[in-house]
Amino acid sequence: MKMKTEILTRRVSGKLGRLLAMLAVVLTGCQGLRAQTDDDALMMAKNNLCVGGTYSHSNWNYYWEGTYHRNNQNLGTVTTQMVGLMGIYGINRHLAVVGGAPYVWTGASAGVLHGMHGIQDLSGWLKWQPVEQRTGSHSKVSVFAMIGGSVPLTNYLADYLPLSIGLHSRTASGRIIADYQLGHFFATGVGTYTWRSNVTIDEQSYYTTSFHETNQVQMPNMASWLFRTGYRTNQWIVEGLLSDMITLGGFDIRKNDMPFPSNRMNSLMAGAHVKYEFHGKPLKGLSLTADGMYTLTGRNVGQATTIDAGVFYIFDFAHKRHTVETPTLKTR
Amino acid sequence: MRTQQYTTRLLTVLVLATLFACNKSIPDVNSNLPPLNPANQDLTAGTWKLILLSRPDTFAVAAPAATGSPAYAADLNAIKGYQHNLTGDQRSQIKYWSAGGVLRWNEIMRGLVTKYNLPPYQLANGTYPIPSSTNPFAYPLFPFSNPPYAARAYAYVSAAQYDALVACWHYKTLYNRPAPYTVDSTVKALAGKTNLPSYPSEGAVLAGVTAEMMQLLFPDEIASIQQKLQQEEFSLIASGSAAPSDITAGEALGRQVADAFITRGRADNAGKAVGTPAIWASYVTTAEANGQTAWVSLETPARPPMLPLFGQVKGFLLDSAAVVALRPGPPPSTGSDTMKQQVQQALNTVKNATREQLSLVQFWADGAGTWTPPGHWNYIAAQDFITQNWSEVRWARNMALLNMAEMDAAIECWYIKYYYFNPRPTQMDAMIRTLTGIPNFPSYVSGHSMFSAAAATVLGHILPSRAQAYQSMAQDAANSRIYAGIHYNVDCEVGMTVGQNVGNYAVQRAQSDGAE
Repeated sequence: MKMKTEILTRRVSGKLGRLLAMLAVVLTGCQGLRAQTDDDALMMAKNNLCVGGTYSHSNWNYYWEGTYHRNNQNLGTVTTQMVGLMGIYGINRHLAVVGGAPYVWTGASAGVLHGMHGIQDLSGWLKWQPVEQRTGSHSKVSVFAMIGGSVPLTNYLADYLPLSIGLHSRTASGRIIADYQLGHFFATGVGTYTWRSNVTIDEQSYYTTSFHETNQVQMPNMASWLFRTGYRTNQWIVEGLLSDMITLGGFDIRKNDMPFPSNRMNSLMAGAHVKYEFHGKPLKGLSLTADGMYTLTGRNVGQATTIDAGVFYIFDFAHKRHTVETPTLKTR
Repeated sequence: MRTQQYTTRLLTVLVLATLFACNKSIPDVNSNLPPLNPANQDLTAGTWKLILLSRPDTFAVAAPAATGSPAYAADLNAIKGYQHNLTGDQRSQIKYWSAGGVLRWNEIMRGLVTKYNLPPYQLANGTYPIPSSTNPFAYPLFPFSNPPYAARAYAYVSAAQYDALVACWHYKTLYNRPAPYTVDSTVKALAGKTNLPSYPSEGAVLAGVTAEMMQLLFPDEIASIQQKLQQEEFSLIASGSAAPSDITAGEALGRQVADAFITRGRADNAGKAVGTPAIWASYVTTAEANGQTAWVSLETPARPPMLPLFGQVKGFLLDSAAVVALRPGPPPSTGSDTMKQQVQQALNTVKNATREQLSLVQFWADGAGTWTPPGHWNYIAAQDFITQNWSEVRWARNMALLNMAEMDAAIECWYIKYYYFNPRPTQMDAMIRTLTGIPNFPSYVSGHSMFSAAAATVLGHILPSRAQAYQSMAQDAANSRIYAGIHYNVDCEVGMTVGQNVGNYAVQRAQSDGAE
């Protein structure tokens, strides 16, 4: 899922420790697109469906105009809020599909610019766990491979940054996740490459580092890295995150110019994630999540601080209540 | 093994993903045009009415060497030498320039206006630096090519190109020296063939006149413009269209004509259009003395109003008496019920904007970092002109008519804006949030409406079959400013009328310049 203006991180978690995904990408600041999606080392059980909703709130008043760190009294604080709906379905113990879509609001506290709101992009992932290997009595290694994509669901404005709700590009992504677990402690590394389609804007010309007479905008592809580590049981996940979003190309906002969809949007963010899953009746199957992320450094994005919260519930169509894998070490 | 199977599948996915990453590069809309092949060479254009020059032979062009002379034989050898060994890049240059010099230089101009159309960033003390033509390379870069600046720049270049080409046509018919590919059948015609005399080269005239004008208008770009000039001149020679001596004579003529326009430009009052703090304050005093709420900048820190004295710039079509005569009556008094209704209407409109209205707002925004409204109308005109197969001199004439109308619309509009110093809707009601950047100058009358109505009027005269379409586009452009929340209805209604009146001055000129 792609996002826009700021860090919009969304996560989905499944039952018994299957945190399903941070489905959202994070658009930091003016608009960095950070794919922090489904990037955990957890799987669903077969025929289990996890559905959830998240709310996220992200804002910034400093941003990077190229590499120049500044504020803008004609924007004040730029806020992006998002409500996301998502679902994760376990096809089998090693294969799951993930999908979701958000509704996004933007606004600026100062200046005169009107905010935007609307349904953004539908995103989906196929998540597959080809490797799950015990490496000791209390440790194991897992590898996950994912492919995913996103498409805009509505005809929202792309060239209205920093207040557009998204970049209106179609994307396709490939992702590798490697996870090491030792007892209740774990470390996960995630690498993602995202292809982005060209974008059509309402204008007939624009300037990047040269003049273009077309309404088509070439969008650079993106890569991202995520490292997460912490404590994980059936009931609790408490972890720290470090994420790096890199646009592979694009151009810098010129001095006192407005941002543009094909800017080079980079951001390095640090944060934390907590998840709690209820085990006893009557709340069995319910889990709650909370996150916070802060932008340490960036380029052509806002220095966003994002918090979000989510509620998830698992429906077990296999009529087996227990479907999880992760926290407890199992052999195959 | 299962893992192997999975590995194979994973590789398949990666290969597919790689295919997905195909080439995404995007060509400009005019990147693949055929050579300009005029249906009519306008051989009498040397008699068309000039804009600034008093005579087509104000600047002398010496008689060329005869086609049988040793000097011309050397010219032909130079062409054959180039043609013997053309690189792919040189062939694309030939193709690029063969679409027409007026078109290509107009596109280059639109690009420069776009590049330089950025308002300066504030200083630490909350004031704004002013770009200086005497120190153009220091920040803030000179110029800030905002709409009035851009309108004037397009007009000067187009008008100078026109006068230079009229002079060029005068000498072409006077000397009547054929093109190299006509003289020598072994010279290939790589950019099409015409029977237009080639001395002096019209392409080189355009290169010379435009490059010279840039010293006034975009001084930071002299080097890049010089490179374009060399590419065009090489293309003209290597395509067999012009001999080196055609080029030399043409560029020199173009530069001389440009110098006459530069002299005019240095004395047309544009250099004083920024005004002074005392002048800025006087508008407030005047408006308040008339019982009106005075315009204030809605930027933080407050930015001085954009080019308040641009209304005193010397126009090409309007003299200063005409500028005063075209001034409309005042907008509704800022304290009146009518004004309250206009404000309420602006608020309702912006709150209920549809996606179609948002598209129009963006399409016509033409704000900071763009080619400006006059540039947009240059694009609209050029896309239609491409289909007409006009001679270069007719292209230049029609662009000059358009751009003189746009410049004079800017003069008239800025005169009206600072005469009334009327506040924007958002100043009257802070609830009105705008859907594009709010321009930093008074509201009444709408610049977009004036630029668009003036352009539609003159273009509708030039291409009557498109007149209705131009009027409809102009109305869209005017409406887009109401949808955006940055204008009252009355700004646009009156702006359209005044813009049409300015455009009619260009139509009158068109009817009497000898080209119709």
